[in-house]
Amino acid sequence: MTPAKSAGALPNSLPRPDGELAALERAWQPPRGWRLLSAVNNTRIGVFYIGTSLLFFVLAGVLGLLIRAQLALPENHLLSPAFYNQVFTMHGTVMMFLFAVPIVEAIAVYLLPAMLGARDLPFPRLSAYAFWAYAAGGLAFFCTIFFAASPDGGWFMYPPLTSGEYSPGIGADWWLLGIGFIEISAIAGAIELIIGILFTRAPGMTLGRMPIFAWAMLVVAAMIVLAFPAVIAGTTLLELERAFGWPFFNPRLGGDPLLWQHLFWFFGHPDVYIIFLPAAGLVSMMVPTLARTPIVGYRAIVLGLVTVGFFSFALWAHHMFTAGLGTLAAMFVSAASLAVALPTAMQVFAWLATLARGRLRITGASLFLLGFFFIFVFGGLTGVMVAVLPFDWQVHDTYFIVAHLHYVLIGGMVFPVFAALYHWMPVVNGQGLSEAWAKWIFGLMFAGFNLAFFPMHISGLLGMPRRVHTYDAGTGLEIWNLASSVGAAVLAAGVVLFLIDAVRTWSRRPIEHANPWNGGTLEWLPAHDYGVRSIPQIASRDPLWEQPSLAAEVEAGRHWLPGTVTGGRETLVTSPRRALPMHLLVLTGDSWLPFGAGLGTAAFFLLLTVKMMGIATLFGVIALAAMLRWLWQTDRPPRQATAEVADGVFLDVGAAGTRSHSWWATLILVVVDLTIFASFVFAHLHVSMRGDSCPPVGARLANDEAIVVSAALWIASSTLVWLASRWRLGDAGRQRVLHALVIVGALALGLGAATIEWGAHAAAGLAPARDGWSATVAMLVAWQLFHAVVLALMAAFLVARISSGLLGPRSRATLDNVALFWHASVLQVLIGCGVVQLLPRLLT
Amino acid sequence: MTGNVASVLQPAGPTSTLIAELSWVLIAGSAVVFLIVMAVLAWALVGNTGRALRGPRQSMALIVGGGVAFPAIVLSALLVYTTIRTTAATKPGVTGTIVNVNGHMWWWQVRYRDPAGGPDIALANEIHMPTNRVVTIGLTSADVIHSFWVPALAGKVDTVPGRVYQLHLEATAPGVYRGECAEFCGVQHTRMAFHVVVHEPAEYERWLTAQSMPAPIPTGAEASAGQAVFVRERCAACHTIRGLTGQAEAGPDLTHVGSRLFLAGGDTRTDAAGFARWVANTQHIKPGALMPEYQRLDAASLGALAAFLAQLK
Repeated sequence: MTPAKSAGALPNSLPRPDGELAALERAWQPPRGWRLLSAVNNTRIGVFYIGTSLLFFVLAGVLGLLIRAQLALPENHLLSPAFYNQVFTMHGTVMMFLFAVPIVEAIAVYLLPAMLGARDLPFPRLSAYAFWAYAAGGLAFFCTIFFAASPDGGWFMYPPLTSGEYSPGIGADWWLLGIGFIEISAIAGAIELIIGILFTRAPGMTLGRMPIFAWAMLVVAAMIVLAFPAVIAGTTLLELERAFGWPFFNPRLGGDPLLWQHLFWFFGHPDVYIIFLPAAGLVSMMVPTLARTPIVGYRAIVLGLVTVGFFSFALWAHHMFTAGLGTLAAMFVSAASLAVALPTAMQVFAWLATLARGRLRITGASLFLLGFFFIFVFGGLTGVMVAVLPFDWQVHDTYFIVAHLHYVLIGGMVFPVFAALYHWMPVVNGQGLSEAWAKWIFGLMFAGFNLAFFPMHISGLLGMPRRVHTYDAGTGLEIWNLASSVGAAVLAAGVVLFLIDAVRTWSRRPIEHANPWNGGTLEWLPAHDYGVRSIPQIASRDPLWEQPSLAAEVEAGRHWLPGTVTGGRETLVTSPRRALPMHLLVLTGDSWLPFGAGLGTAAFFLLLTVKMMGIATLFGVIALAAMLRWLWQTDRPPRQATAEVADGVFLDVGAAGTRSHSWWATLILVVVDLTIFASFVFAHLHVSMRGDSCPPVGARLANDEAIVVSAALWIASSTLVWLASRWRLGDAGRQRVLHALVIVGALALGLGAATIEWGAHAAAGLAPARDGWSATVAMLVAWQLFHAVVLALMAAFLVARISSGLLGPRSRATLDNVALFWHASVLQVLIGCGVVQLLPRLLT
Repeated sequence: MTGNVASVLQPAGPTSTLIAELSWVLIAGSAVVFLIVMAVLAWALVGNTGRALRGPRQSMALIVGGGVAFPAIVLSALLVYTTIRTTAATKPGVTGTIVNVNGHMWWWQVRYRDPAGGPDIALANEIHMPTNRVVTIGLTSADVIHSFWVPALAGKVDTVPGRVYQLHLEATAPGVYRGECAEFCGVQHTRMAFHVVVHEPAEYERWLTAQSMPAPIPTGAEASAGQAVFVRERCAACHTIRGLTGQAEAGPDLTHVGSRLFLAGGDTRTDAAGFARWVANTQHIKPGALMPEYQRLDAASLGALAAFLAQLK
């Protein structure tokens, strides 16, 4: 490949061949009518995703209105205490898990490829799968409120209240199983975004020229990968406690309620930055465009994003300041919580500097941006206040915190998202939302929001705790609660007006947009189902401003990849740092498999909740079959070895080994897996250190020799897999049989190892329900057994690939990715066994 | 209303006074910073724009000055100030009394040592203490996580089953201060109010001595009949009355329940009418509470029982 071209010369010359555009259109043709459900193009999935998130916003908002209706008057009986507890639990859970994180991921799914100059995300079917699982699962979860069967333990689900003893119904299980798998959706989205941002940018879009929204999503995706596993681990432990009595959180049996809090908030604090940082990224895109000047302080903002993302992982304990952590630890976390204000302030002042350099035009979007500044800065300042320990000791778990969190979440995310909807609606179908209505909508939402939530600072300081279904008359709380309820209604009125306008605008006939705000970034290029006609070569941060003829050139097909080489959907893979064209990425077309797999996954988890094991298994099998069939279609040798993407420039079609984007995706998945594992190890360490002895009285360690033998067999298994991955892939039949036998041998060794380990624990009398230590040991063993099953499936799949001749030098991703996962699994076994066997020696 | 002061900004003890001072500093400081940032925003929008930020150096000065230097200085000062004040707040004075508080769903069990060495004094939803002496509360929970919070006196501390935490309370003036449960604990989390009653030291000693006595023998026909109802209905299965029943743990100790301010974590008074209303309508006043409702008691029995309980002072 030779990217060198003389400066000024465009990649492709005119005239373009006949039929090139038609072929491109054909490849990207969306399915019609009800077949639209099988679409995988990010522009379709993105719209579904944004729409579904907004639906959950409205549904959870209605629940919020119910809360305010109940609290408008003292000693009100509109909602019973039991139902009220379900309402506020669902309000928080739906807002945080089904709206806040999904909408920012949805906007990224829709907008990011266009901003990066890519035609689609790198794994289109994966994002389709993630969306359908989320939509089906989320809607079913929400419906529990209609049957008064919702969880009622708060969105944060603290045990022991949520254990089987004190929450005997299935409400808590709906949360644990229903929300649990939606976390998988978020992680799938994160993997997609990291790979897309690092590998599919337009040529010339170095990291330093990348739109700030891309930086924000890169940081956020990395945070999702490291934070979500903690709550996945926690929900697994709590569900096992509820279903099988494994006492992770039961202090009477050696567990600890605080273990849940650590796991939940290790996820929960980064979660709020996962929600805020994308919005900050969007603000960084809209402010320069609307102020008509390039962003000031690009590097400061990027530094701010990365720093916030990094430090947010150190702050989780500030949600536990009253839970009895040591004063020294609390003071350290308090100082860190103050410090995290700095990188955010850097971004705020960069925006202020940009506004000062330019001249803000007033549009619907800029009104919401101004509202964002006001509300978010205010919320950030109350955040500084609650970072101060003694102040938090008073206001923690009061309405002061309710006020703070709504100021930062609604101010910091909802207002920028509304601004984004106003700003980028023309990209969706060329139409714009009504600027006239925008003033009213903004006015109602801004005034309503402040009227609703400012008084809560006061009611909190007057002693009103959170999550109370009423308050006594004569406490002085009446006026503030009434004001809040009126404000909520005003806010809701604004949202309703917005929805009317949004539906109206979206239903209009699509037309070409004329870049109405004169945006400088690539999403404002003329867009079609296939994205851009040709992938632009860029040389600056605001290509449409610096290269005024870019839009015309791209439309004419003068830039990279103006057609389709293989007849299907494609985009360019470029190098992560300097965005040099590397190879052609062949993307998949529309398919029913992600739809089926998504619905099947949702059905599996939801049916498990109601303990309909048979039907649940059936749907699980359907989902698994769909996934296997879908995977079977991937990793095929390309029909041609190279492709001409520009005059005289030939790129490889596809790539193998560590140059394959799927290998990096597997690596990220491995990081997720290791982080879940690390959470289970943390649980084991935490519980072990709480006990009087390790192992506790009545429990015994597994036999050391057996564990060592098991570990050795796993290492041998890994060695065989390593040999298999070093195999020279040819076509000879006997070679293939040998290759397959090596894989089978590795699997046999692994299964043997797992059996020996399980046997050793059984011989030692491991009884998970007896005490917390045994439960955490059993969890680590169960996690290894789960991996053994997954490896068995992978090995079988791989053997099938080998036998069918599909594994070749140019289609070896299955082998490489399985090998990577295999080694990571064995690493976990070694660490897990080591920790369990050695910890008692260290503690005595 | 059970009323009484429950505001963070109306402190009645040294710790809460310190925190209130801190609160005002934070409120004032945040207001000033907010106005400054909004002023910069206004200036950026309509002020001397473009000309003031001519080049990258001026812009970076604004970003570094406003976004790094200004918050770093302010927050460092805040950190120093609050660290000094926090260490002052957490330094316990001379500890005299120790009170054990055990959170239940949905009431607070309170235990004192009998100064005369007799059995522990147990009551519910009410703590008494003398002025100007530090009382150490030992906090735990019998079931789920609750949180013990008396805004007028101190910050809150969670009560976690399996763990025991300490909170030091000191009040400077006599009065009644309301407390709340501040950690969501189930269907009646809202109705777990308790009160801290602060006395002059001599009056407190008198109160403690009176509480250490066994229950008064009922005087009058109605109260005696009420005691018989209490025994007949097997209230002693959950409730202790020292001198009458054995030890029961499931419900609040009733030995001197008539001398308490309120019942059941709410605003029912401890007069005969209040007791009658509570016993007959438990599940209507506090649905989900672990005490059954005694609707089936006839009016005479109910009245007698109420009279009996009201005279347990």
